[in-house]
Amino acid sequence: MKKLACSLACAAALGLSVTAPVNAAGISNGEVKIGVLSDMSGVYSAIGGKGSVVAAEMAVHDFGGTVLGKPIKIVSADHQNKADVGSAVAREWIDKDHVDMITDILNSAVGIAVQKLASEKHTITMNTGAGSTALTNKDCTKYGIHYLYDTYALPVGTATAIVKGGGTSWYFITADYAFGHSLQNNTETIVKSLGGEIKGAVQAPLGTSDFSSYLIQAQGSGAKVIGLANAGADTINAIKQANEFGIVQKGQQLAGMLVFISDVKSLGLDTAKGLQFTTGYYWDRNDASRKFGNAFYAKFGKMPTMDQAGVYSAVLNYLKAVKAAGTDNADAVRAELGKMKIDFFGSVGHIRADGLNVHDMYLVKVKSPKEFNPNVGHGWDLLKVEATIPGDKAYMSLAQGSCKLVKK
Amino acid sequence: MNRIAWITVIVLGLLAPFAVYPVLMMELLCFALFACAFNLLLGYSGLLSFGHAAFFGGAAYICGYAVTAWHLGPLQGILIGTAFAGGLGLVFGVLAIRRQGIYFAMITLALAQIIFFLCLKMPFTGGEDGLQGVPRGMLFGFIDLNKPLNMYYTVFAIFMICFWLIWRAVNSPFGQVLSAIRENEARAISLGYSVERIKLLAFVLSATLAGTAGATKSIVFQTASLTDVSWHTSGEVILMTLVGGMGTLLGPVVGAFTIVGLQHELSSIGSWVTVIIGLTFIVCVLVFRRGMVGELTRLWKRSF
Repeated sequence: MKKLACSLACAAALGLSVTAPVNAAGISNGEVKIGVLSDMSGVYSAIGGKGSVVAAEMAVHDFGGTVLGKPIKIVSADHQNKADVGSAVAREWIDKDHVDMITDILNSAVGIAVQKLASEKHTITMNTGAGSTALTNKDCTKYGIHYLYDTYALPVGTATAIVKGGGTSWYFITADYAFGHSLQNNTETIVKSLGGEIKGAVQAPLGTSDFSSYLIQAQGSGAKVIGLANAGADTINAIKQANEFGIVQKGQQLAGMLVFISDVKSLGLDTAKGLQFTTGYYWDRNDASRKFGNAFYAKFGKMPTMDQAGVYSAVLNYLKAVKAAGTDNADAVRAELGKMKIDFFGSVGHIRADGLNVHDMYLVKVKSPKEFNPNVGHGWDLLKVEATIPGDKAYMSLAQGSCKLVKK
Repeated sequence: MNRIAWITVIVLGLLAPFAVYPVLMMELLCFALFACAFNLLLGYSGLLSFGHAAFFGGAAYICGYAVTAWHLGPLQGILIGTAFAGGLGLVFGVLAIRRQGIYFAMITLALAQIIFFLCLKMPFTGGEDGLQGVPRGMLFGFIDLNKPLNMYYTVFAIFMICFWLIWRAVNSPFGQVLSAIRENEARAISLGYSVERIKLLAFVLSATLAGTAGATKSIVFQTASLTDVSWHTSGEVILMTLVGGMGTLLGPVVGAFTIVGLQHELSSIGSWVTVIIGLTFIVCVLVFRRGMVGELTRLWKRSF
């Protein structure tokens, strides 16, 4: 009985400490702690992983190592693509380690879970890794920021640019689940609104290894553009086999909906040449991106993916906001982030009420082996920027969105 | 287990959240219950199911959906999830127990993959985003589960009830018959037991308790995702059971604590998690043939 009474008393004490108000000014707990939660060992580790930690550390270094006279610390963890592991780590970070901001969070199931829980606990998340539009619509939160890209901006950017460039008829190879269907729908809407034509679509199950029958159908459709509404291994397999069928050589164009530079690197230029897709960052775009790209390469031995560049930029802008607000209090920092201009390697974005960071996106094309310059970028001279898609064209407008925090 | 052992377990469980981070403790308990449920089948009945994630994750989705969409209380949600897993277990069981060994494992795997694809494609599961924002709610209408300790003691109570149930089942005539079937099925048949029915009962019981674990987990973490129903999870629970010691009551608990604890503790060092867990498994299989608990009990028995 005594034990029970004791544990009840402790429970009450803990309950009180949780509800106690956070101090409104200054830096809480004597330091600013930033958590990089990523996939370190699984399928997405090449996109984020250790490289994201390196990027975050570089941001802290470039910021000067301290903010408002207090040290900045980076912690990192592997969520193993499990929503429960990710949310357990995030809870512990916030409750025990007093982490002030969590970034990266690849994998949308983990991303949404962590964003929800962090917001309940008044902690800012800056998601650069997950693409789901749910982050700023159905599941939008007060402190959740979707920083880098979403599954609306990527296909829409690609489709807009390609249709305007003459790719007016489309055929889709779609991963047969919600993600693939939403990519296809978003793209179709844009293609049709620009006067393009949809020749058809074929659904391939998730994890298809043999795309030949789908590719033959796509080839037979006579469409100018084959849209790959899938991601990861599916996209890679489709591109490899499209190359074996000589689809690009025969005049059709491949459009990827979710491609990272690490995918292009592993496919090789011979296979991937001519592929067009949208990205938030390419190292060889301007001076600012080159500077970061080269510095990152010197530390990590690879050029950054857009996710890793996103982590760098998110951490840097978060620290700027903390400095401007004079505190690491989440409400004040979030308000500051909403007001300030978000510098993204030389282009300027802004963070909306639903948490979406609206910034320019870039349509890129994979270079052919002839265009490749081995003396540039340590073998990462892979892409050329074809067009800049202005932020307000690339992203869903607030009116189209369904975030309950936005007053319409 | 004698009275002292029970009291030790209960006292340790009550004090644990003051030593270990409560959310981690809850995760450990959910997986421990999952492994115990699985052990009932593998350790005590000798049936290797490779599809237990379907019950675990299926119940997580159903419970999460019931609580989110129908605004039920957490307890009702867990009960519905559990009942769903039981029903699913009955269907799987009827189909699978007609075969033995590798065929049994393959049938359960195939059926579990069907559930995985349903969870991927059905609109209510949220696809790869998972089912998110499951409210923890109020237990019995007045205990606020958003408080970490309230949630922990609820999970601990659920765990202890289920653990007691498993202990009771194993040490009953039913449990004895299960062991008899495992050791010598032909003989059990010749003794007049309707082996298929008993196996089916064990299968359904195991599936139901796995469901309880999954449903509880979805309340704790406020989410259900595809990982819960994927075959990796089915594999992991086998790993937990083998590492801890199959056919022992505490083995799966130790195994689950080891594996999930490692996953959690190693998460900060990054990419080595899978390698270290793999090595742990290899070492356990080579050195502790009976699992950690199995080996310890043998040593204990030898020295006294």
